[in-house]
Amino acid sequence: MTNHWVDIKNADIVVIMGGNAAEAHPCGFKWVTEAKAHNNARLIVIDPRFTRSAAVADYYVPIRSGSDIAFLGGVINYLLSHGRIQHEYVKKFTDATFLVNDGFQFDNGLFSGYNKEKRSYDKTSWGYQKGVDGYALTDDTMQNPRCVLNMLKQHYSRYTPEMVSRITGTPKEQFIKVCEMLAETSASDKTATFLYALGWTQHTTGTQMIRTMAMIQLLLGNIGMAGGGVNALRGHSNIQGLTDLGLLSNMLPGYMTLPGDSEQDFRAFLEKRALKPLRPGQMSFWQNYPSFHVSLMKSWYGDSATRENNWCYDWLPKLDKVYDVLQVFDMMHQGKLNGYFAQGFNPLAAFPDKSKIGGALARLKYLVVIDPLATETSEFWKNFGEYNNVVPSKIQTEVFRLPSACFAEEDGSLVNSSRVLQWHYKGAEPPAEAKGDAEIIAGIFLKLREMYRKDGGAFPEPILNLTWPHQIPGKPSPEELAREFNGKALADVTDPKDKTKVLAKSGEQLGGFAQLRDDGSTACGCWIFSGAWPQAGNMMARRDNSDPSGLGNTLNWAFAWPANRRILYNRASSDPMGKPWDPKRKVISWDVKSGKWLGMDIPDMRPDAAPEENVGPFIMNPEGVARLFGTDKMAEGPFPEHYEPFETPIGTNPLHPDVISNPAARIFKGDIEALGTAKDFPYIGTTYRLTEHFHFWTKHAVLNAILQPEQFVEIDEELAASKGIKSGDRVKVSSRRGHIKAVAAVTKRLKVLDVDGKKVHTVGIPIHWGFKGVANNGYIANTLTPFVGDANTQTPEFKTFLVTIEKA
Amino acid sequence: MALQSLDIKRRSATTTPPPGVRKSPEVAKLIDISKCIGCKACQTACMEWNDLRDDIGKTTGIYDNPRDLDENNWTVMRFSEVELERGKLEWLIRKDGCMHCGDPGCLKACPAPGAVIQYSNGIVDFHEESCIGCGYCITGCPFDIPRISKKDAKAYKCTLCSDRVSAGVEPACVKTCPTGAITFGAKEEIIHHANGRIADLKGRGFANAGIYDPEGVGKTHVMYVLQHADKPGIYSNLPENPGISPMVSLWKGAAKPLASLALGAVAAGAFFHYVTKGANEVSEEIEKEFENEKR
Repeated sequence: MTNHWVDIKNADIVVIMGGNAAEAHPCGFKWVTEAKAHNNARLIVIDPRFTRSAAVADYYVPIRSGSDIAFLGGVINYLLSHGRIQHEYVKKFTDATFLVNDGFQFDNGLFSGYNKEKRSYDKTSWGYQKGVDGYALTDDTMQNPRCVLNMLKQHYSRYTPEMVSRITGTPKEQFIKVCEMLAETSASDKTATFLYALGWTQHTTGTQMIRTMAMIQLLLGNIGMAGGGVNALRGHSNIQGLTDLGLLSNMLPGYMTLPGDSEQDFRAFLEKRALKPLRPGQMSFWQNYPSFHVSLMKSWYGDSATRENNWCYDWLPKLDKVYDVLQVFDMMHQGKLNGYFAQGFNPLAAFPDKSKIGGALARLKYLVVIDPLATETSEFWKNFGEYNNVVPSKIQTEVFRLPSACFAEEDGSLVNSSRVLQWHYKGAEPPAEAKGDAEIIAGIFLKLREMYRKDGGAFPEPILNLTWPHQIPGKPSPEELAREFNGKALADVTDPKDKTKVLAKSGEQLGGFAQLRDDGSTACGCWIFSGAWPQAGNMMARRDNSDPSGLGNTLNWAFAWPANRRILYNRASSDPMGKPWDPKRKVISWDVKSGKWLGMDIPDMRPDAAPEENVGPFIMNPEGVARLFGTDKMAEGPFPEHYEPFETPIGTNPLHPDVISNPAARIFKGDIEALGTAKDFPYIGTTYRLTEHFHFWTKHAVLNAILQPEQFVEIDEELAASKGIKSGDRVKVSSRRGHIKAVAAVTKRLKVLDVDGKKVHTVGIPIHWGFKGVANNGYIANTLTPFVGDANTQTPEFKTFLVTIEKA
Repeated sequence: MALQSLDIKRRSATTTPPPGVRKSPEVAKLIDISKCIGCKACQTACMEWNDLRDDIGKTTGIYDNPRDLDENNWTVMRFSEVELERGKLEWLIRKDGCMHCGDPGCLKACPAPGAVIQYSNGIVDFHEESCIGCGYCITGCPFDIPRISKKDAKAYKCTLCSDRVSAGVEPACVKTCPTGAITFGAKEEIIHHANGRIADLKGRGFANAGIYDPEGVGKTHVMYVLQHADKPGIYSNLPENPGISPMVSLWKGAAKPLASLALGAVAAGAFFHYVTKGANEVSEEIEKEFENEKR
């Protein structure tokens, strides 16, 4: 979230789209009810299904799953063509005035630079025009047809209300009503917040759906404002922490990245990431990349990391491609992997095309499952009748099950959607042989290190030289790990402006990432977490909920990254001259007397940057402003474009029939052949979660199983009538990849939609069942889903695929 | 069991005058249907606090699970899909359970001394150790709440967490409700809060929003905020004008000698219990007093 849970209460309009907050985040949803109760907020829910969120919405709008960019692009068109934007904000705080390269083009569904064979773009034309000084060119009059705002207008002019309705199935007047409601928040004293989750991420165009919404929020001037923002509701407790700590195959902690295999030169690696300002006077905060990177390497390799060896740069893996889960399982399926560790991960249930995942696991020599529960993955080799009809004698994979503690059985910090690191304490000892994850990994590491020491090996250095400063080497404590990610001074750290002033003495915990240095004098395991455990102690354990502003910004409650800042981009909550856009929502403002930015939050700005200096509020961007034009950051283009799901119910793209689905999304051989068409599978299948359960865990818990005991699928009344299906009947749902059987729930909450002149039905498929646990056994819903992901994140397209349904 | 910190106002089949020294305010629980997301956290909290575990059942193609109230489920969510205006669907989710009537039909109908208690704060509680399993409370209840356990042949229902309330904390369902759809406190204050909610709903286009606190049962200590107070029936058959069954009046009135006959059909199961397990004896004297109380 750019903002945080409590801040939702400050919104005038709450939009839930691409998520179902009441269902999946019932506790956080309380802040929506607070907004309604105390701020007279209106709740809009846009969803293919009339959800639990819709049950308490002021306005519900149906939409075809997978068509969100068409809807949101239509909103952009509405706002621009009706002049309902926050003009000054857009002009000063976004790249609206920037001029786009002449070479950049969009034609018939494709941007300039497309390579059909590689399914990817050469992005060299996707940038701003630059002057001889290297700065981007702008046109403050915004008359130039190549300026971003005009390009944006042109791009979305195709997204007329008629076209939106044709693609999305949303009735035109309902779409316009949403536009009107949202447009109200272009006023400087009104804000809208968007809450989303997997309903956006789990599409082949998921990242761009989110980006389209972010662009709307920029046009409305809602970013940086209390009650505004772009707010991802994270699904697992601490999944935010997972991404923060870089547990993705191409990431390093704190959203730094691993080098590619072409990046053998350390200087070039850093220069590419330490971006120089694109406009005069901008902070371009990633200029500090070397400090963050070197401190990370010092944290990992201690004295072994020296300037001479480029801080062990050669020890970092250099990627030839991204090893996301789809990639890894495809390789496993081809027999290119021997072993796999599934730690807190149940891929057989959680990843698409169960038969491919199961087939892949069967080709492994060994599988290690680290989990508190007996997962489906750990018993993928066992026959569970119709639910897992495999022949165990034909599977030779050796499975090791290492029982781990669950979150409530260990101390530590969890990072929630608000970016708040909150310390928690164990409620019970882990049962029987279960151990904490850190202890399990430490045990494996120490054993490996011993083997490398004894037997040598091809590349022992990164293992042998890893710092391991734990009091009990086999059991690193949560406190030790937390102090490590905060970082410490390895030599006295002095103030760059006054070298006699020592900011942190050698050996002390650092106060924050501003103290990180690129000369090896600091170590820090995750720069964005720096400040969570300074010399003063554990900030994450703070529990002072005093709220002097009344806006819910409790700065003394736990610790938010970065720098305990609760609202990102909060400089944009004030106008260019530093006065709050809305005095009721004052986050920070320029205090002339002290010559500082002051307010209820930690300023997202150099604290003494006077408004006259024109330092833009989006300090991570070299432009200093936010991007309506995404430059080269996205795989499929600088402006989001509607592409159909890989399995489309209409078989065409009304905007450009020659380019139907995302041209930059990766799909493997064999998986293309496993895609179905609307001829055989005419209905949209979509998977989702229910409040009563959490993923595939709580079917192991009696109370949850009592509340939702058995697998079901939801269909609309018209489809049910045409197939002779009644609530309670057993039905079979099939996709090109397999079938499941479940109880039918016939409901008014799903409606047939008119899409491109075609009646489109949706089959709703809750995911929570499997063949382990105390609830009634069921089929794994991901038997049905396609093995293709978002072009940027490779998150699988679980939300839209094609199925057919019949009475079982 | 009786709780020292709660005075008893009425006791089934008893005429001993209630204690009158201490003043305790009437409490109320408000269930605001317009804020309810149907998450069933209240159901879970109820099962956890009261140590209840039903069998893991089956689904019948609806969200109502468990399907109905029983001895293990003292509250359930009832989901109804309603289209009052064409094309404008509402998913009305009502938390069902004991309403804790001001004039409780169950207490009036109960022949077992002390099996049904009404505390001075308004909570109506079943004291199962005194229950004879006759099932008259079911007949007496206009909301169809009490259930006889198949395990011990005694009647069970929501206690409004009388144990928690007596210790000064809110019922478990209230404590756990994530959206604040369930609130608890002195009835007067809760009505004040409800009026605020109704004004908000009217501002959102629900012209008939209102409070459900029916007169026919002497008002209740569990109330609803309804978006459509003019149509309680759309909320999974919430009674429009609940009152105490005439059967109960009959059994307590002149036809008393015929009572067992009159109620025979309803109480057949209970009679079976009576015969096989024996019942707490209802003395003639108590019956007489019981009738007096009615006057």
